[in-house]
Amino acid sequence: MSQTITYREAVREAIRKAMHDDERVFLMGEDVGHYGGCFAVSMGLLDEFGPERILDTPLSESGFTGAGIGAAMNGMRPIVEIMTVNFSLLALDQIMNNAASMLHMSGGQFNVPLVIRMATGGGKQLGAQHSHSLEGWFAHIPGIKILTPATVQDAYDMVLLALADPDPVLVFENPLLYNAKGELDTATAPLPIGRGKTMREGRDVTILSYGISVFKALEAAETLSREGIDAEVIDLRSLRPLDDAAIMESVRKTHRILIVDEGWKSGSISAEIMARINEQAFFELDAPMGRVCSAEVPFPYARHLEQSAMPQPEKIVASVHQMMEES
Amino acid sequence: MASDWAQEREWYRQMVLIRRFEEKCVELYSYEKIRGFLHLYIGQEAVAVGVMNALAAEDGVLASYREHGHALARGVSAKSIMAEMYGKLEGCSRGRGGSMHLFDASSRFYGGSAIVAGGLPLAVGMALADKMMKRNRVTVAFFGDGAVAEGEFHESLNLAALWQLPILFVCENNLYAMGTALRYTESETNLASKAAAYRLSAHQVDGMDIIGVAKAATEAVAAIRAGNGPVFLECLTYRFRAHSMFDAELYREKSEVETWKHKDPLLVLQKRLEESGQWEKIGADGIEKEVAAIIAEAVEFAENGTLEPLEDLEKFVYSPEVSA
Repeated sequence: MSQTITYREAVREAIRKAMHDDERVFLMGEDVGHYGGCFAVSMGLLDEFGPERILDTPLSESGFTGAGIGAAMNGMRPIVEIMTVNFSLLALDQIMNNAASMLHMSGGQFNVPLVIRMATGGGKQLGAQHSHSLEGWFAHIPGIKILTPATVQDAYDMVLLALADPDPVLVFENPLLYNAKGELDTATAPLPIGRGKTMREGRDVTILSYGISVFKALEAAETLSREGIDAEVIDLRSLRPLDDAAIMESVRKTHRILIVDEGWKSGSISAEIMARINEQAFFELDAPMGRVCSAEVPFPYARHLEQSAMPQPEKIVASVHQMMEES
Repeated sequence: MASDWAQEREWYRQMVLIRRFEEKCVELYSYEKIRGFLHLYIGQEAVAVGVMNALAAEDGVLASYREHGHALARGVSAKSIMAEMYGKLEGCSRGRGGSMHLFDASSRFYGGSAIVAGGLPLAVGMALADKMMKRNRVTVAFFGDGAVAEGEFHESLNLAALWQLPILFVCENNLYAMGTALRYTESETNLASKAAAYRLSAHQVDGMDIIGVAKAATEAVAAIRAGNGPVFLECLTYRFRAHSMFDAELYREKSEVETWKHKDPLLVLQKRLEESGQWEKIGADGIEKEVAAIIAEAVEFAENGTLEPLEDLEKFVYSPEVSA
């Protein structure tokens, strides 16, 4: 069955489906109930499922994230919503010291089937405490999985994939995508966690990206194609685990790699991907790898400054040009 | 009443087991059989034994990093705890946890948390799950006075009271957060009155007197099971030993420690039993022998345990793939 819906609706429909199918699933977070969700994702769910399963929480990120972990350890399948990635830092103790570590430090006795959804990314002029992209940072932590849905299909699939996973999964949704429309096919089995997806085939250069930056990469690829440069675009989908096989396959195909990552450059997931290519496919490269990341500033408010701080299609095009000249 | 002294004999036995087990751990630490941190519970035994007495098998227990006593009182075997201290595969956490991270699914013992107050939100979630699934279970969270200064403590008490969860908070107030006295860190040192601000039932109890602790815990668990929401129990207790094996104890007077030793939970129970003429009946010598045998067996078990093969190092980071 295929339909055209928004990214927001796709997330909501996945939550609805999961809650209908499994009584252990519940949603909790700040303003998810009576307000309908900070980004209106959970609008209507309180009426449909009642306050026992759609739990408005106090502003206690650490408390309710930890409660999600405890509930998961005690047989539930909680979905914890954290309003923005910057607020998740208040829950970092629980995510790192409990969710990620529990299975290992208990010698395999207690897994944590918890889903944490949060908003990530800049571009809304919300300043330095609401705009960052820290998913690559979370991807440093063993014991959790990091998903970054870009498409409507993945917005839906990834909620369900995360819920089906026996371990903690963090899903990073970019609010600028909530109104984006796309096709949703609920009949086909989803692409599993840890698999990237080729969004555009190409021969000359590979642009690796995830989340909203995938669309910037696709826009850049269109521009490049008009100039006769055939760019491949891969949506990584999952930052932990990374799809090394898909990445290396594309390296062997195009021999040029550009990574587009809205995170900061230093110590980033883009750095990790470069390191892996260096380890696994160095001699396949025809040019030094490149990357387009966010400027290393806490995000500014002013629109022109913020936009300038973020990856943009023009920067991607310029970086590809530079790479083509170098090889 | 025969059953009375049988109960008290069992409490005495459990407290002696914890005491002697930890004394053996200190000895083994000096031989470098046990490494890492070793936080001793000696002096506080009445709290764990008294509270655990009130629980049923299906209830859940979470504790802090000073949790050898809680694990033993909950029924985790001395053998598997000692093997864990040795870092052996046969340990209750397969040697991956150590002294601060004892876990045991079969007794619903959920650790073993070394982030102060970090286990409290988990306890809230466990109780939330039980309430949602309409299971008649209680979750107990043990923590020290130091946890009261953490934000997670306040978030957890608020959530538990707000959602009327079946949870028992047991604050073991031993007067020191590591080496800093409560009076230097808390504006209100009556922790029960602080907890009461969250509109939950909060009481102070003499944590050196197991009969009082057991009574308070039994009443609290009954109230929680009846659906009356969470209870906070502040147990006034004292740690006789240093915070860890690296602590020179410069922050407290020896005389203070000696004063508290007059309230040793083993002595307190002995006196109570002497007063009621039951002390001779419980057979303290026999208990010591029984406990010595358990500990000897635990040490032998740990000594003979196996080291997990290095190729298994990265196991248990993620759950094993479930084949379709």
